Amino acid sequence: MNSDTIKSTPLCKKHVALGAKMVPFAGWNMPVQYTGIIDEHNTVRTACGVFDISHMGQFLVNGAGTTEWLNKMFTNNLNKLVDGMGQYSIMLNEKGGVIDDLIIYRLAEDDYFVVVNASMIDEDFAWLTAHKPEGINLVNKSDAYVGLAIQGPTCEEVFASMCPGVELPVRNGILMFSAEGDDLVICRTGYTGENGFEFFCPAEQGVKWMEKAIACGAKPCGLGARDSLRLEMCYSLNGSDLSPEKTPLEAGLSWCCDLTKDFIGVDVLREQKANGRPTALVAIEYKGKGAPPRHGYEVQLPDGTPLGELCSGVLSPSLGKGIAMAYVPAALGKIGTDVNVIVRGKAVPATIIKKPFLKK
Amino acid sequence: MSTIPADYKYSSEHEWVSPAVDGVVTLGISDFAQSELGDVVYVDLPEVGNTYAAGDSIAAVESVKAASEVYTPVSGEIVEVNEALDAEPGTVNSDACGEGWICKIKLSEPGELDGLMDAAAYEEFCK
Repeated sequence: MNSDTIKSTPLCKKHVALGAKMVPFAGWNMPVQYTGIIDEHNTVRTACGVFDISHMGQFLVNGAGTTEWLNKMFTNNLNKLVDGMGQYSIMLNEKGGVIDDLIIYRLAEDDYFVVVNASMIDEDFAWLTAHKPEGINLVNKSDAYVGLAIQGPTCEEVFASMCPGVELPVRNGILMFSAEGDDLVICRTGYTGENGFEFFCPAEQGVKWMEKAIACGAKPCGLGARDSLRLEMCYSLNGSDLSPEKTPLEAGLSWCCDLTKDFIGVDVLREQKANGRPTALVAIEYKGKGAPPRHGYEVQLPDGTPLGELCSGVLSPSLGKGIAMAYVPAALGKIGTDVNVIVRGKAVPATIIKKPFLKK
Repeated sequence: MSTIPADYKYSSEHEWVSPAVDGVVTLGISDFAQSELGDVVYVDLPEVGNTYAAGDSIAAVESVKAASEVYTPVSGEIVEVNEALDAEPGTVNSDACGEGWICKIKLSEPGELDGLMDAAAYEEFCK
């Protein structure tokens, strides 16, 4: 990725003015931290942080037959949703591997708002377009919005100051309304494990709303803290923990796969459910101190048997020890199993534990 | 603004070494380097008694996001390591050029010090 093709969100100058360190992520120039990753992580666990998520994608899908069609494209069952509610879901390839994980909100009958990963906007849109029946409208609105993830135990006070008199939607709910002349979308979800919401506003009004969030008590937080927060909760990151080669059953996401309905990839999932998964994404926690676990480090049984490589890893700011996830042969990945993470040739003792790392 | 002690020497990999005392120098990473790394959460120290050639990787300083190797710009034997960093790795952030030192090296090629940058040259190098 060079500077000619890397994209910036409308908040880029604001981040730099706030003292952010900028790094390339998923094709975007994004803030990795402002004051420090640990400080920002702890702020979200104890107060409230605001993250720029403008790089993420938004699609509008509507028209007669949309529910029936999207139920063939995604793993979760849209018939469970009522107007104003959303669900986590996954889009698979023909092999049952993950193209993208996403959140889809039902605005009305056959009318949906879909939030997808930044790195996958073009691929998702192309895949959906290629499978779309006549008469259904699919619109990529990704450049129209600035997105702010406002997360942490005091987020409700922050929202009350930002939009006085408006009630936050319930957990997994969506609310569309106007404030200060701007059409806003509020989704009651997040990627941190804390109470929080995602706030989408017109792109050209993004700086104003970012400043308002900060003035109302949210502290700017970068992608570094976003990664350590989500990993403590074992939330998957597409590209690290999810891939076209792994099914959602292997990733531990069977809870959002309705195998009673037909969708692309379902045959492979049914086969794995009947006969077992080849691998499982497990949570690995250091027993004591040790160099931080990182993507690509090898995991072994104590006798040296190779199990796999870490997908994600970090020294957990909340727990003070190394935490990681890895795909290992399902039969060898039982909870309580002792393993070693190999860091620069040294074995660091760890255990496969029940997810998530941070029990709340 | 980075702290760049005037009497230290600096490498292009952002390590500093203090003036030799009885042939022994102290080594650490520069204030600029710690600032670029962010919160240091772990320091992988070398073992006392090991010998290294200039350019060898002798230690690793790890922040939440990245692991950064520490290369010695001088050859010699490790005679002491800063074990306090095991408990308080963040000292590398708060005092990179002082209490955040990494190890002491008994020089086998003292002339190598002459090939390193002085404070003025290093300050220019960081711009």
